[in-house]
Amino acid sequence: MKIIVCLKQVPAKDAPLRLAAGSDGRATAIREDVSFEMNEPDAYALEAALRLKEACLARQESGEVAVLTVGPARAAQMLREALAKGADRALHIETPSGAELDSHAIAVAMAAGLQSENFDLILTGLQSDDAGYAQTGLLLAENLGLPHATIIMKIEPHAGGLRVKRELEGGRFQWLELPRPALLTIQSGIDKLRYATLLGIKQAKNKPLARLELSALGVSPGSNRLAVARLAMPEKTKATEMLAGTPAEMAAALAQKLRQLHLVP
Amino acid sequence: MSSVCLLAEQSGGKLNPITLEVLSAAQTLAGAAGLPVRALVLCGADETQAADALAGYALDKVIRVAHARLAPYVAESHLAAALAALAACGSDPLVLLPHTYQTRDYAPRLAARRGQGLITDVTALRWRESRLECSRPVYGGKLAAEVYLRAGPAGFYSLQAGAFPQPPAPAARPVPIEDFAVEIPAPRVLAEAPFQEARQSVDLSQAAAIVAAGRGIKEAKNLEMIRQLAAQLGAEVAASRPLCDSGWLPMDCQIGSSGQTVAPRLYVAIGISGAIQHLVGMKGARTIVAINKDPEAPIFEVADYGLAGDLFAIVPALISALNAA
Repeated sequence: MKIIVCLKQVPAKDAPLRLAAGSDGRATAIREDVSFEMNEPDAYALEAALRLKEACLARQESGEVAVLTVGPARAAQMLREALAKGADRALHIETPSGAELDSHAIAVAMAAGLQSENFDLILTGLQSDDAGYAQTGLLLAENLGLPHATIIMKIEPHAGGLRVKRELEGGRFQWLELPRPALLTIQSGIDKLRYATLLGIKQAKNKPLARLELSALGVSPGSNRLAVARLAMPEKTKATEMLAGTPAEMAAALAQKLRQLHLVP
Repeated sequence: MSSVCLLAEQSGGKLNPITLEVLSAAQTLAGAAGLPVRALVLCGADETQAADALAGYALDKVIRVAHARLAPYVAESHLAAALAALAACGSDPLVLLPHTYQTRDYAPRLAARRGQGLITDVTALRWRESRLECSRPVYGGKLAAEVYLRAGPAGFYSLQAGAFPQPPAPAARPVPIEDFAVEIPAPRVLAEAPFQEARQSVDLSQAAAIVAAGRGIKEAKNLEMIRQLAAQLGAEVAASRPLCDSGWLPMDCQIGSSGQTVAPRLYVAIGISGAIQHLVGMKGARTIVAINKDPEAPIFEVADYGLAGDLFAIVPALISALNAA
C-alpha cells in the first residue's frame, strides 16, 4: 500500500505569538520569530500511515509512506522529522517567505504536486492548529476526484477498500466503507505517537527529499479565495478577575472567593 | 447575490438546534442587505417534518429535498443534493451553515464545486462596505482574524455554535414549503448507523462541580493532586482532549466539541490553554476558575477568576487553603 501524508508546520503550542506590523498599521500575520512544529493532527495522520505500512510489511506486502508539505523553507526540518520517524521520502512544495496561502491554494498546489504519483491512500490531520479552516484535506480530495471520510479514529484496510471509524459529536461514532484510493482526515489520538530513534534520525539524512517551487505549479497567493483583513488579540467577553501574589496568596484568595460563593462543600 | 440561504442540519426529522442560531444570523444579515432568507432542508424520505419546524420562522420560503439516499447522512449524497437545490435559491446565494462535524464533512467540497470560498468557524459577521467580514478564532483562540471572500460576499460561511444565541424572529405570515426533486447517484462511500460507545464513568453534564486538567500537568502522576482538589470541592475529574488522547484518563472524561458539553456551578481548569474546541464544551459553567502559567492563554478570556502562575505551586497551596477552614 502506498500512502501519502500531508503535513503542515505550525507555531509550537506554547509559542508566545506576536503580530507582524502590516503595511498600514493593520496586522494580517504573526511574526515568524517563534519555534515551529508539526501540526499535531498531522502528526497523528503520519503515525496512522506508519502503522498501516508496518502492517503491510509484516504481511510481506509492499508498503510506502511519502510525506508532502506546502510551506516555506523552514518546513523542510519538519519533513526530516517525518523521515526520521519512518516515512520513506518527502516532497516539499516550497512557498516564498511571507506568502500566506489559504486551504484552496494549498490544495491546488498539492494536487498538482501529486500529478505523477500513484497512491492508495492520502491521510492528513483534520485541521491545522494555526488558521484551523479544516478544509485542505477535503479540497485536495475534490481536486483529485477522490472519495473521502473525515475525523477518523480507526482504519481497517481490506482487499476491496477501507473500513474506517468516524467520530461524531457527543461521543458517538460511525463506521464507513470506502473504496481505494481515498482521502481520510485523521483525528488526534488515533494511535500513540512515536518518537524518532537515533537510527531513524541517521537514516533520514539519506532519504530522498524532493523540492518543487510553488510558482512552477501555477499557484501563488493570488490563487487564494479568502483574504485576512486583520489579525488581533481576541476581544474580552467576560470581566476576568486576575488574582495576584505568590502561589500561596493566590490560593488563599481563591479559597476565600469560593467559600463566599458557597462553592466549597 | 439574490438571497441569504440557510443550509439546515437535521437528524431523524429533528432540527439540530444550532440551525436556529444560524437562522437568526441569516435574518439579521438579510435584513441589513434587503435580501430574502431561504432555508434549504435536506432529509431522508421519512424525515420531512424537519422542514415544518423551520416554517414557523420569518423566512421567504423553505425548500425541502427529501430522498432515501439522504439518510443516514453520507457526504457524497448530501453534496449532490445541496448542489442541485442551491440552484433553487436564486442566483449566487450567500449560504450560511452551522459549523458542525457534518458541515466540515461536505461544505468545503460544495463550495469548491461552485467555484466559491468557505469561511469556517465564524463567531461574528459584519458588513464593511460591500465586504462581509467574518471574525474567527485562529492559533487555538490566541488570536482573532477578520476574514472575507475575495470574489465578493456570495459564498459559504459556517457559524460557530453559541456565537449567535438570539432566537430567530417568528413568521408573521405562513411560510411556503416547496419540495425540490433531485437525482442522487449511488455514493462510493457507505455509511453505517451512528452508535454511542459504552460509558464507563459519570455523566459529567450532571456534575455540580468539575476540576479539569490539561496538557500543563505534564505527567500522568500529577493527576493525583487534581483528584485531591476535586475531592475537596466535591467535584468530578475531567480533562481536555490531549490528556484523553494520551490515555491518562478515559475518553469519556473529555470536555469539548468532541467530548461532553457541561454547565456546572463551578469549573476549575488546570493547565488548560483553552483552545476553542475545549471552550465550547465548558463556557456555559457558572463560575470558571483558570490556573495556567501563560497569562495570555485563551482560557483566561472565559474565566471569572484567573490565577496565572506555576500550577505545581498553586494547586498544592489551594489544597491546603481549602483544608485550613
